[in-house]
Amino acid sequence: MTKTLLHAISLGILLALVWLGLSGFFEPLLLGLGFLSCVAVVLIALRMDVVDHEGHPIHLGWRIVTYWIWLIWEIVKSNVEVARRILHPALPIAPCMIRVKATQDSELGHVIYANSITLTPGTVSIVVEDGTILVHAIAREMADDLETGEMDRRVTAVETRPSRQSGEA
Amino acid sequence: MALVLDILSWVFLGLGAAFLVIGGIGILRFPDLYARMHAAGIIDTLGSALILIGLAFQAGLTLVTLKLLLILLFVQFTSPTATYALANAAYRSGFAPLLSSKDDEPSKP
Repeated sequence: MTKTLLHAISLGILLALVWLGLSGFFEPLLLGLGFLSCVAVVLIALRMDVVDHEGHPIHLGWRIVTYWIWLIWEIVKSNVEVARRILHPALPIAPCMIRVKATQDSELGHVIYANSITLTPGTVSIVVEDGTILVHAIAREMADDLETGEMDRRVTAVETRPSRQSGEA
Repeated sequence: MALVLDILSWVFLGLGAAFLVIGGIGILRFPDLYARMHAAGIIDTLGSALILIGLAFQAGLTLVTLKLLLILLFVQFTSPTATYALANAAYRSGFAPLLSSKDDEPSKP
């Protein structure tokens, strides 16, 4: 119950910040109306029972941000690689399918991993089931990159509390 | 200073436009649905991101920039989900991908 309260408070703060950012209104009346709408949304979300660790994953903390920075660089690199293959006169592609293990504990971790695979051009996740992900790759090299398991390790590290992580490493 | 921002903005917009065109060429050149999704991925990720960043440089430090960055964030969250839904639906309905060698195809679910 306290966890739900924590999620609800954090959701309310986030909604208020987004409302301020999107409206740009700072008059007392409109601020009050905005505050009321935020409270109403939080109450409705609580009633729908969607305020949990999946809908609002605050437990990931700053680790998800450092992961995003790493992911952005990976996305840029593979974008350039796929763009090169598109523009190459011989169209050097060799589509293949591989199955990779997803070692994350929760469904949320699987979703982060599968979406990261799809966000990186050259690999698209097709089926997520039973802790494995079926991936379509545009070329063998892209599949090999994924099979090194670096992205999988990093997503698992995002999910794991730092204390446990240092114990494993 | 305004000139530097303008140049930066146009570099990002130009690069973004180039990636959008390359993604379009890829969609035309690649052989099947699954391969074409990789080309569409270029448009979803780097193409849209560079265009939005270029526009953010035009807007400067205003609420418009905040909105552009929110759009960028939401696009990066939703586009892989949509791509997964498309790929998953195609695969489950039995649409077999073209593969370079048949032997490395994993067993069907």
